[in-house]
Amino acid sequence: MRAFDYVSPTSTRQAANLLSSTWGNTEILAGGTDLLALMKEDVVTPKRLVNIKEIADLRGVKSDSSGLRIGSLTTLAEVAEDAGVREKYPAFAEAVREAASPQIRNMATVGGNLCQRPRCWYFRNGLGLLPKDESGKELVEEGDNRYHAILGNDGPARFVSPSTIVPVLIAYGAKVRLEGPKGKRELPLEKFYVIPKTDRDREHDLLPNEIVTEVVIPAANGWKVAHYEIRQKAAFDWPLAVAAVALKMDGSSVQAARVVLGHVAPTPWPSPQAEAALKGQPANEDSAKKAADAALANAKPLSQNAYKVQLARVAVKRAILKAAGGAA
Amino acid sequence: MHDDESVLKTPEEPMEERSGVSRRDFLKISTIAAAVPVVSGPKMVLAAGEQVPVRGPGKVPMTFNVNGKAYKASLEPRVTLLDALRDSLDITGAKRVCDKAECGACTVLLDDKPVYACSMLAIEGQGKKITTVEALMENGKLHPIQQAFVDNDASQCGFCTPGFVVACKAMLDKHPDPTPDDLLHELSGNICRCGTYAGIRGAIAQAARKGA
Amino acid sequence: MPDYQWPDPAHRTLIGKRTPRVDSPEKVSGQARYTYDVKRPGMLYGKMVRSPYAHCKIVSIDTSAAEKMPGVKAIEIVQKPGATIPWAGDEVVGVAAIDEATAEDAARAIQVKYQKLPHLVSDAEPPAGAAENQGPLSLDDLGDMLQNQVPERQIVALIQEYGISFKPTEEDIKEAKDEGVPDSVIEAARNATVHPEAANKTKSNYIKAATQSQGDVDKAFAEADAASEGFYGAPVIVHCCMEAHGSTSEWTDPDHLFVHMSTQNVSGIAGQMAEPLKLPAANIRVHQDHVGGGFGSKFSPDRWGIVTAQLSKKADGKPVRMMLERDSELEVAGARPSAYARVKVGAKKDGTLVAWQSHSWGTGGPGGGGMPPIPYCFSIPNQHKEHTAIRNNIGPARAWRAPNHPQACVLTMSALDDLAAKLNMDPYEFFLKNLELTRLSKIYRDEFPIAAEMMGWKEKWHPRGQNISGNIARGVGLSLHTWGGRGHASDCDLSIHPDGSVDIKMGTQDIGTGTRTCIAVVAADALGLQATDIKLYIGDTLYPPSGGSGGSTTPGGVSSSTRRAVVDARDALFAKVAPALNVQPDDLEARDGSVRVKSDPSRSLSWKEACSKIGATPITSHGHNDQAAAKNKPDLTNSGVGGVQMAEVAVDTETGIVKVTKMVAVQDCGLVIDPKMAESSVLGALVMGISYSLFEEKIMDPTTGRMLNADMEFYRLAGLNDIPELKVHMMTGPGYDERGVIGLGEPPVISSGAAISNAVANAIGVRVGVIPLTPAKVLAALNQTQKAGA
Repeated sequence: MRAFDYVSPTSTRQAANLLSSTWGNTEILAGGTDLLALMKEDVVTPKRLVNIKEIADLRGVKSDSSGLRIGSLTTLAEVAEDAGVREKYPAFAEAVREAASPQIRNMATVGGNLCQRPRCWYFRNGLGLLPKDESGKELVEEGDNRYHAILGNDGPARFVSPSTIVPVLIAYGAKVRLEGPKGKRELPLEKFYVIPKTDRDREHDLLPNEIVTEVVIPAANGWKVAHYEIRQKAAFDWPLAVAAVALKMDGSSVQAARVVLGHVAPTPWPSPQAEAALKGQPANEDSAKKAADAALANAKPLSQNAYKVQLARVAVKRAILKAAGGAA
Repeated sequence: MHDDESVLKTPEEPMEERSGVSRRDFLKISTIAAAVPVVSGPKMVLAAGEQVPVRGPGKVPMTFNVNGKAYKASLEPRVTLLDALRDSLDITGAKRVCDKAECGACTVLLDDKPVYACSMLAIEGQGKKITTVEALMENGKLHPIQQAFVDNDASQCGFCTPGFVVACKAMLDKHPDPTPDDLLHELSGNICRCGTYAGIRGAIAQAARKGA
Repeated sequence: MPDYQWPDPAHRTLIGKRTPRVDSPEKVSGQARYTYDVKRPGMLYGKMVRSPYAHCKIVSIDTSAAEKMPGVKAIEIVQKPGATIPWAGDEVVGVAAIDEATAEDAARAIQVKYQKLPHLVSDAEPPAGAAENQGPLSLDDLGDMLQNQVPERQIVALIQEYGISFKPTEEDIKEAKDEGVPDSVIEAARNATVHPEAANKTKSNYIKAATQSQGDVDKAFAEADAASEGFYGAPVIVHCCMEAHGSTSEWTDPDHLFVHMSTQNVSGIAGQMAEPLKLPAANIRVHQDHVGGGFGSKFSPDRWGIVTAQLSKKADGKPVRMMLERDSELEVAGARPSAYARVKVGAKKDGTLVAWQSHSWGTGGPGGGGMPPIPYCFSIPNQHKEHTAIRNNIGPARAWRAPNHPQACVLTMSALDDLAAKLNMDPYEFFLKNLELTRLSKIYRDEFPIAAEMMGWKEKWHPRGQNISGNIARGVGLSLHTWGGRGHASDCDLSIHPDGSVDIKMGTQDIGTGTRTCIAVVAADALGLQATDIKLYIGDTLYPPSGGSGGSTTPGGVSSSTRRAVVDARDALFAKVAPALNVQPDDLEARDGSVRVKSDPSRSLSWKEACSKIGATPITSHGHNDQAAAKNKPDLTNSGVGGVQMAEVAVDTETGIVKVTKMVAVQDCGLVIDPKMAESSVLGALVMGISYSLFEEKIMDPTTGRMLNADMEFYRLAGLNDIPELKVHMMTGPGYDERGVIGLGEPPVISSGAAISNAVANAIGVRVGVIPLTPAKVLAALNQTQKAGA
């Protein structure tokens, strides 16, 4: 790790002021589980760390008329154990409990989870988020892309969005609140993720001196939500595909649906096609299969990840059936 | 190459031991203290109308509470808690293996919760209660989970064992009678290469029965 | 004549009983000190600048900025400009500084310019006709082959066929002998034709490494009732020891080096460091208390170990610690060679194997490597085999637990299982039918029914693909294996002190296999004491040498030398004690903490009282086990064990995810000193087996030539929750005990890959030929059958 200086502001305003307005100079330190690894690998090399853990306002789960407000510094363990979350948003609680390991859940924060960087092994090996060799050859396309994107992968971005809890948050209709020197803003969580086109772009709609302050989940009344991950190892493994599904039922048929895939594209991947396929249908094996086919209809696997299309289909199907069978 | 050894000798005396020090010890401490350059107070930076101290990038005086003892050290902000424990405080039970939150060999308790010491900075560990595997024994007697590890032969090379012992203790504190689902979610963060998992399962079953 | 023979069951007090691991309390309490934990006064921290390219030439090295950095104490150029780098991560410059961060800053400040060269990191099937004859062998070729565990016979055959490209000097030969190069290889090189002109010839990436035939394979296939053809393989995997490779070195004076090293080979390290450091081996002290895993990768000081000592020398002898970073640990500190084969195998209607034909290939890095021992275990009468070694830039190979056997086992047992399926035979019957083709048929015959009973084979086996319920397919598979495991050379010093304390000094090491416990049990058994009564001093070159812990040679070696030492010491004690009890020494026995009269146990002295008769000077004895069986009279160790494993799996046919739901292992290792340690070794091997069968693979990037998963995130290792019910049965009693002690580290890790692969084939009805059995490969195999069926 390279040397840096370290500041611990006590308010979000202070923190925003201490952050540089250009990428690369400063980084926000929250849980640190991703940041320190990136720094040890020399992938990010900040000259200053802004430790935001002293900002008390950013911590904790609150409930109000807008739904559930989760402070960005709340740890994953705190979320997974929060009675309100478990009762009202069980699919979210489950996704959080399945994330990483207990040690990481005790350290990692919700804000950090949203902002974590992709696990693409070219990126982690210091070859760039849109990795090319000296001759301009695209490393992912030419190389080992077994874990890379099958959707939204026209390039040059071909990594997959790493969070396993964001798809289900999007399925719940979550919003993210940000604060920077120019003030506060709120955006639907799915809009927080963008596909970078050039090396200057990031995969988040986030300014270098903006801080994620809160995630807001609207009341899930009437929605049945499920999260499904396909992982090779039983635990503490990155998924090969994730699907989150929210269904609003009208009797036995689907009145409205939200279907969001994870680990298949450079962003979390809402699928209007799958949602349309479900609308007005009973939620059963047959409709779930059709919706899954619709979700993956536009998939374009790379040289080594065609199997992920099948896995993503299965994840969507199983998440639909799980949602249909489960409580809200 | 400069010889600046003097800058690097850090006082690592447990502060607790300073009470009732003999004259000889006192001299020792003074000598070490004298070898350390005076660390001036931190620089300040103005942010949102308030002065915020800036620590580093050079060495910063730090204090730690490890296994019930107070320690101090002078470390750069970039030093991880794990390296501070191992290299500065010579508390080597927690091991450095993956060094990036993947294997669990560095597991310690931070305010009684298991964390990866490799993935937090030492400077963040100040003001927290840090517990390592060394503190689980009481009066020379193994903690029930440690005894269960012995009885079930849950270590081979033993390099992952301290991390596993701490993780198991934390899990049993939370789930005294763990279900397979608890194991799946609460004991997923540690890896053993020799393959002692059958022994570890046996140890957990034994310690759970004893209500560890 | 002292009676060194292993005691019969009636006279064993601890041997064969479940003694807890003697160093467990240290390990579970964090007190056990590993090399990584050693902190010496004034210790400096070493870092290595490593090549980012898989194949390149060093153009220039500029260390000037690093030299000027405060706190930097030594810089050692490991490879000079002009040197060719054969893999990414190879050592270029070492640096030592006052703390780790400074060393890292210094390493970053060192400017190295490289000229990239074309690289190959693939081990895909060689293009037709690409393989060239080996040609005369260079010194490097031979070194690579030995490093890759190419069988002695194959090396000798190649030397005889192609000659060598260098003239071996007497010094070369002496060095080779010191390094343990087999005599047959040295002799072949000495007598070989020398072709100096071949020294500069660039060799192809693809080398014809072996062509072997026996019987009449064409005729045998023509006469066979059934033949099965398939493609099978096992990729390069790594050791990933939890404790990285590395050492702390310090010069206690200009002529003496003190090394703490993470090693499987305490007694063998000084000899390997002597030549590069130009220092007599006798002046090098090596010490290690505990080692965090080796698995075959820690026999040498390695270049980084030499550099660490050189850095220390440059830093006025100050201790320098250099442990590998995790990525380097996976990139350069150990890999198991890959092996792939297109196999055709034929049998009679009744299952009798008659013919084997294989085209195999694989890589062990720049050295290429040899043909694994196929067909494994079964000596099929008619065979034709060709092997191509791929020389590429993935990094060096090292012995990985049972070198070459797990790969050979996958290639062979998968092919045999496919043939059984073709014959509509239960593989259990098929394997039994052919056991006479193995060298250990009696052992396997004992083991098969036990394994079948433990697995519930008869209830669980079904013809392929016929136990699918919903999306879950279940199946069982089996495999068998063998290994040598004769004890290595070992020397033991034992003392019985007048106060009753007993100590043993031996330059061996406990790599987690229970070596300490094994020694203590053998000694305590003969003295009527508890294992914890024996004070053990191991892991230091100050103690009598004992072999490296590899090839399952340690239990046989240390138990034999200890047994000899303890019997001599005990007999000497009896001689001192006999007058006090008014008997002859032969009338005495040591049991239950006393020395007593055999015929009248009431006439006894407590152990302490007995030892008080020793006088002022302790009794000392020395036990030696020789590598050569003939020199041991009697021989207390043996070679050649057999084992059978069965696996049960559940495969999700929609996702291709394989879960092992149960595994059983039945294993022989001669006389079992401590069944608790033995079972742990087998259980651990099963875990490792599940891990390499399902998850492990060293993944290389074709463009950059770098390892992409040099971490513990995408180099997946099985976790606790990936491991099912495991059952182990050790063969003991008549027919086994009297064989003597045989090692156990390697054998149980061999069969797992084949057994699990066979279980998956049984479950889903189609072979996934290459491990690890990932969702991608399982789905591809399933899709192929669906297409074929459509």
